[in-house]
Amino acid sequence: MDMKSLYLLIALSPLAGSLIAGLFGWAIGRRAAHVVTILGVAVSAALSLKVLHGFLTGEASVFNEAVYTWLTVGGMEFSVGFLVDTLTAMMMVVVSFVSLMVHIYTIGYMQEDPGYQRFFSYISLFTFSMLMLVMSNNFIQLFFGWEAVGLVSYLLIGFWFKRPTAIFANLKAFLVNRVGDFGFLLGIGLVLAHFGGSLNYSDVFAAAPGLANATIAIFPGVEWSLMTVTCILLFVGAMGKSAQFPLHVWLPDSMEGPTPISALIHAATMVTAGLFMVSRMSPLFELSDTALNFIMVVGSITALFMGFLGIIQNDIKRVVAYSTLSQLGYMTVALGASAYSIAMFHVMTHAFFKALLFLAAGSVIIGMHHDQDMRNMGGLRKYMPITWITSLLGSLALIGTPFFSGFYSKDSIIEAVHASNLAASGFAYFAVVAGVFVTAFYSFRMYFLVFHGKERWMENHGSHHEHHGDHDDEEPSGDHHHGLGPNDKPHESPWVVTLPLVVLAIPSVMIGYFAIEPLLYGDFFKGVIVVNSEAHPAMAELAHEFHGAAAMGVHALQTMVFWLAVAGVALAWFFYMKAPHIPAAIKQRFAVIDRVLENKYYMDDLYFNLFAKGSRALGTFFWKVGDMLLIDGLVVNGSAKLVGFFSGVVRKLQTGFIYSYATTMIVGVLALMTLWFAQLIF
Amino acid sequence: MFTHPLSLVIWTPIVAGLLVLATGGDQRASLARWLALAGAVAGFLVSVPLFTDFDNLNAGMQFVESRPWIESLNINYHLGVDGISMLFIVLNSFTTLMVVLAGWEVIEKRVAQYMAAFLIMSGLINGAFAALDAILFYVFFEGMLIPMYLIIGVWGGPRRVYASIKFFLYTLLGSLLMLVAFIYLYFQAGKSFDILAFHDLKIAMSVQILLFIAFFLSFAVKVPMWPVHTWLPDAHVEAPTGGSMVLAAITLKIGAYGFLRFALPILPDASIELAPIMVGLSLVAVVYIGLVALVQTDMKKLVAYSSISHMGFVTLGLFMFVGSDLNVWAIEGAIVQMVSHGFVSAGMFMCIGVMYDRVHSRNIADYGGVANKMPIFAALMMLFGMANSGLPATSGFVGEFMVIMGAVQVNFWYAFAAATTLIFGAAYTLWMYKRVIFGDVGNHHVAEMKDVNKREFLVLALLGLAVLGMGLYPQAFVEKMHLSVNDLIAHVAQSKL
Repeated sequence: MDMKSLYLLIALSPLAGSLIAGLFGWAIGRRAAHVVTILGVAVSAALSLKVLHGFLTGEASVFNEAVYTWLTVGGMEFSVGFLVDTLTAMMMVVVSFVSLMVHIYTIGYMQEDPGYQRFFSYISLFTFSMLMLVMSNNFIQLFFGWEAVGLVSYLLIGFWFKRPTAIFANLKAFLVNRVGDFGFLLGIGLVLAHFGGSLNYSDVFAAAPGLANATIAIFPGVEWSLMTVTCILLFVGAMGKSAQFPLHVWLPDSMEGPTPISALIHAATMVTAGLFMVSRMSPLFELSDTALNFIMVVGSITALFMGFLGIIQNDIKRVVAYSTLSQLGYMTVALGASAYSIAMFHVMTHAFFKALLFLAAGSVIIGMHHDQDMRNMGGLRKYMPITWITSLLGSLALIGTPFFSGFYSKDSIIEAVHASNLAASGFAYFAVVAGVFVTAFYSFRMYFLVFHGKERWMENHGSHHEHHGDHDDEEPSGDHHHGLGPNDKPHESPWVVTLPLVVLAIPSVMIGYFAIEPLLYGDFFKGVIVVNSEAHPAMAELAHEFHGAAAMGVHALQTMVFWLAVAGVALAWFFYMKAPHIPAAIKQRFAVIDRVLENKYYMDDLYFNLFAKGSRALGTFFWKVGDMLLIDGLVVNGSAKLVGFFSGVVRKLQTGFIYSYATTMIVGVLALMTLWFAQLIF
Repeated sequence: MFTHPLSLVIWTPIVAGLLVLATGGDQRASLARWLALAGAVAGFLVSVPLFTDFDNLNAGMQFVESRPWIESLNINYHLGVDGISMLFIVLNSFTTLMVVLAGWEVIEKRVAQYMAAFLIMSGLINGAFAALDAILFYVFFEGMLIPMYLIIGVWGGPRRVYASIKFFLYTLLGSLLMLVAFIYLYFQAGKSFDILAFHDLKIAMSVQILLFIAFFLSFAVKVPMWPVHTWLPDAHVEAPTGGSMVLAAITLKIGAYGFLRFALPILPDASIELAPIMVGLSLVAVVYIGLVALVQTDMKKLVAYSSISHMGFVTLGLFMFVGSDLNVWAIEGAIVQMVSHGFVSAGMFMCIGVMYDRVHSRNIADYGGVANKMPIFAALMMLFGMANSGLPATSGFVGEFMVIMGAVQVNFWYAFAAATTLIFGAAYTLWMYKRVIFGDVGNHHVAEMKDVNKREFLVLALLGLAVLGMGLYPQAFVEKMHLSVNDLIAHVAQSKL
């Protein structure tokens, strides 16, 4: 099989599965629907592994070819096509592998749901869209994948379309993402207009160095760097998709969707699309320090301030969601520090351990009979041993425990920020270091509340019905009761649920150790990710200091960052295991701060009141005053009245007598004849 | 295969319409329906060769026919299409087929007259797109108003009389001035109404401006451009489903086509001079009307306003000048947007019609949770909703994308304002979708709704395939128009002063 057919097969087999399950799911039944979709994704995963293996052994070479011509304009061709290099291959494996795990997991998680086939169809469609996004060799197809994953995200957040919160959340997610896409599309427009008329990556990247000092007058008379404007606009798209402050507001609400999609889309893959895009565009971003500083500031704010919000959440999924936001901030900071390879490394490790944490949270939710409130949990380690151990491993990876995968990627980010010489790196360094403590604290707060301590579902039974809005996974049939009764016992989930946990736990623990050297300091990304080492020496400095993965792990034990993480875990243990009255007291003492955090810095309210209500008010004004009062009322009906007035005059002339009509006719004919002669004469 | 394909696409539906009319009263309604369907199918089939036999490498007019009509005034029955007008004839013939299916058992009174009106209108519209003689164009252009006027006035809603008169007066006003402009050009061209001869006339700037205003008043009303748009929401609300489909899919396009065929090539200097105003009005349409659409409570009004906003992209694309050069992205984007909007708006109005037939309300508030009862319908409407929001892989994306790409090359802020449709378009479409389709079953009317029947499914699926096909492979349409558009651009670049 030639490479083009191979890549087509990788991209299209999930689409085939999705179409079969989606269009004919009613006919083929549940079992066939999950078999066919899993088969499709498994084909993609296996072939993606083969492709990655080819790159690792050096057999494969970069593939960059068009598949078919989508459009020709002005003599230029715009094609659907694939660019497969090491960056793509890595993303293909991450996407298809996590997707495969989530497919399997879904069999257990959604088994009672009436929308079973529809769900499988959606997640396979997502896999196809995401593969098209990462495999694209041009901006148009990138934008197609970009919007297509947005569509599937919209469909899946609103999967339980009867729930008002779900259909609010999915609309919100789509529109906030559209704000990002607005910037992204304008960025693509600038690329098309100024980079030689092509939208193929290779042409654009080839043209970029020559445009490093080009300027553009966005406002007349003010010349701005073309590269800065373009990169910031493109990054606005990434801010939407990768949920960066201030466009992050959609991601926590996306937890209204079923848990498997939170793992796949809203943690492991789709939200990393923005980071992938910036890494892919490194030849452009390297040319603008302003854009990199901007990225670093946005990432730092996201990393630290979203972490704070994770501390006060009681819904298990929301803790993981805010943790995702914070980790996406870390990756963004890495991009700003020109450490694209580290950002992608963290994308990969995070994909494994965050998918694991989400799926484990889902397993807990199943065990708790669809209660998500951590205040009703506790002591689950006895009942759900596999979920417990895998969660612990995932949490250790998340907080950056030496030798775990998250450690290698996150510590590298911190080091890269430290080594960066950009103006924003001081603030960014503070944010990512402080973030380590915050991450450790909220992660183990969750861990202890869920798996250790008293079994609170027995005592708190009365309370959890009050928190109905927080509950995930309400069956549309509505016959499902929530939470455990005082005499119920949680149970470990079936194997289709725990198997993906175990399979994901392996890379969560180990992949960092093995991947760091080739990925960051080898030539895996050589020629794919471009770094201007003279202007941005961070990566070069890190390479200089790197003496192997083992040495890095050992060295970390003596660093402040490690002890901050330990402190975070210790504090969480003390607060939630030893002295639970202290956090309650703190909450009372600092009620103002608590209220600000509870309201997510009031950003949702601000957006809702300013943008949603504002546009409606403006629309109503235009409609009632502009259209109805001025145009229709004054002009249209006004002229109708005017016509009425004149017809009134005319009516007086219509006397009804033949002779008066005849007189008028004669006068008219005479007038016309005069005109006629006039024309002949002059 | 056919010697006179353009005459065929004009007269086949008209003759079919007259035959349908001959079936008489409603006691033979079934015969009228089948006859109308046969006519619509035939009308569509005879239009297909225009697309398949079209020579992409020929920039001139194709399938030309010419014979004298009124010899004393040198008025000719002169037909021909280029890569632009040909697309609209095929689109129109396709839409007519959809409309006949859409009205199948929904229309119970005066069936023959209803079907005949659409068929005859279809032929007249084809004539307007194929005419190369200004008077012939004028006759078709005015003639097609009459069936539409009747469709709204006879089969419309409770305020149909108000709406149809508003529609008629609004559109009649401008066309009289257009006739005056034609007569002026007739004398200038040495007593010829040949449109292509008009294209080569030298005209002084002051006269160009006056003629442009005359054309503007005629075509801007049809498009419709802000601020002469207020007839459209009223007309849509009162029109039956089929009427709305044709109105949105085809009738609006004639206005934009008029700018393409008359205003731009005949009056390039005035077009350049007035382009900032045209762009301004177009951007007002995109933003202002987008916001107005957001707050509509009536689904048809919402989609009507959405049409105006989308047509704003068309007029925006048509007047995107750099110096005296039109931008090829913007022009082709505008044409793609016109064709795409034909499929998408027809689909949206069909969806609303399907719901209206069940609940007899267009109010968003009277629905909720339709997806529970009509899952197949909900999926199809999602497709059109996404196309209306300009999602890639649907036709709705291609035109908007191209126009925005063209706009960035001309002026960043044009593109900035136009791109807000990404947000507003999604907001008004999906917010309506949320309130109508999602949620728990809203009331007992919704609870009694039945999913689409085979006929409705067929219409929506065919339109849906067209939407997807054009989104995935727009090249099939765009390659037809390249040479014609290049020709237009070259033509406009030459001053006529």
